[in-house]
Amino acid sequence: MSDATLPAMPVFPAPRRMGHGAFWLACAVAALALIAVLRGIGSEYAYFAATFVLQYVVLATAWNILGGYAGYVNFGAAAFFAAGAYTTVAIGKALGLSLLPCIGFAALVGGALGLGTGLLTLRLRGAYFAIATLCLSVVLQTLVVNWNYVGGSRGAYVIRPRDIPWPFDTYSGYLCAVAVVLAAAAIAIARTIEKSRLGLGLAALRDDEQAAEAAGVPTLRLKLIATTISGAMMAVAGAPLPLLGSYVEPTSAFGLAYAVNAIAMPLIGGTASWAGPLIGAVLLSSLQQAATVTISSAANLLIVGVVLVVFVCAAPHGILGLFRKGGR
Amino acid sequence: MDPDLALLLNGIVSGLLLGGLYAAAAAGLSISFGMLDVVNIAHPAFMVLGAMLVALFWGATGIDPLVLSILLTPAFWALGAAIYVAYHHFFERRGDEAIQGLAFFFGVMFIIEIGLVLAIGPEQHFADASYANTTWRLGEIDLPLRMLVPALVAFLAIGGLALFLRHSFTGRAIAAVAQDREALRLLAIDPVRIKRLAFGISIAMAALAGGALVVVQPVDAGSGHIFIGRVFAIVIMGGLSSLWGCVLAALAFGVVENVTASFYGPSWSPAVAFGALLLVLAVRPQGFFGRVA
Repeated sequence: MSDATLPAMPVFPAPRRMGHGAFWLACAVAALALIAVLRGIGSEYAYFAATFVLQYVVLATAWNILGGYAGYVNFGAAAFFAAGAYTTVAIGKALGLSLLPCIGFAALVGGALGLGTGLLTLRLRGAYFAIATLCLSVVLQTLVVNWNYVGGSRGAYVIRPRDIPWPFDTYSGYLCAVAVVLAAAAIAIARTIEKSRLGLGLAALRDDEQAAEAAGVPTLRLKLIATTISGAMMAVAGAPLPLLGSYVEPTSAFGLAYAVNAIAMPLIGGTASWAGPLIGAVLLSSLQQAATVTISSAANLLIVGVVLVVFVCAAPHGILGLFRKGGR
Repeated sequence: MDPDLALLLNGIVSGLLLGGLYAAAAAGLSISFGMLDVVNIAHPAFMVLGAMLVALFWGATGIDPLVLSILLTPAFWALGAAIYVAYHHFFERRGDEAIQGLAFFFGVMFIIEIGLVLAIGPEQHFADASYANTTWRLGEIDLPLRMLVPALVAFLAIGGLALFLRHSFTGRAIAAVAQDREALRLLAIDPVRIKRLAFGISIAMAALAGGALVVVQPVDAGSGHIFIGRVFAIVIMGGLSSLWGCVLAALAFGVVENVTASFYGPSWSPAVAFGALLLVLAVRPQGFFGRVA
């Protein structure tokens, strides 16, 4: 199995690097501005479409922490995503909590799941890891299908709370604002990881795991940290899903659409940097949203497939890679 | 006979027959994934493509589905060879096959599946063989021909494949390319040509498995999903490049799934089977019949 044969990614020629604090601040400002703009548009559909796009931003960014930085392909993104969604259903039903604490619980569940996956699959690389995550997805789906408390295969209805948190006029607006904050936080976390020792260590183990181990990089610990963070963030991405559609059922929550999108978006945008998944997610999910509205929902997945194949053939380093090549 | 025992025996026998179908599905992957190192995650999608085409042609002509699937194999061989040429050109040559190649086949799988939905529709398709409603009885054990005939055809095909790999020059070259490409080059054999040929064979096996599948159960465009995990599980448990390991693992997998389904309900059977694979991966990644890498 020839894993770790990715060519070394070209490094950003960054003359003046933005500090971590400044980047977090910039993300917060961008999030506030986006919320204000959406509030200004104020249509229910705009809220829905924006939430749809933003949930993919979180999912793609989370996938990229493990898949892009560390080079471990996770085909089970849908499992983590659905774990988040079902945490909201179960916790909301058991404790009657609102969305925000549910998101916290989803992060815990996803993190635990990620850590467990990491522990179980430590000895696996390349395709084996990918297949193990695919199996995890099937096992988890079977458990949910057989778990009557959250509706089993019939699915679960989730009723949106009647009281809307203060500055928002509708619940969709509130959900959308939550999604904006989550997306901004996800991007900031990804960028922080990328520019820290953790990110450097992950890049080292992506390029050559044995060499990294020999050079004293604690590959085992780094992998566990990456699977945990990535899993937690993917579950967070899924947590608002039941409230977005008021209904969630296993086949769609575990659907391959989430898995393929989580992989396609970072690959199309470029996996080496935090901006790649953001660009890919915005581009691809807007395209899908447009195709769903104008053509059909089957066609939108076809578009994802075609775009993915064209990109991995023609632009192996994604959109970012194209620009970087052109700039030099 | 004790009813529980009869249920168990029937579960084991029909599990073995189901295992024949799984073996057909996994044998092609055992060549592409096990021997050629091409992680063809779209293999079950090709199988479903074959099954749908067989169902369509069966509706038009009424020829036996398994005969139709054998007639389809040359076309699928050509398709597989073409895909390998593209794969080699874009990924293998550049050394990018790890992530980009996986994503490529993931995309191909989606294109096949959605293409089928758009072209034929999302509903289930079936093909009734003339023997589909006959069941042989041996005491308390049922042998439905609907399961038996596809399983026998699958074993015949796998046996033929094994003979080809063991005894013909080209077949031995395929087995050799799995072990050492450079050594093959020294013998003046072009490894790319051999791999193209072998990948074509693996896709042709997918067409045959599709024919077997559509005899056993109705097929829709998304039927491949559940098979992705199954076939990879079987190939890994079987130790990757060993066809016999693959057959044994397929039989074991079929029995485990079927016995679980008859005692605890069908909704639990995937979890047991895939849980088994997760354990195998965690404890013994080289499979039960594989060489220690």
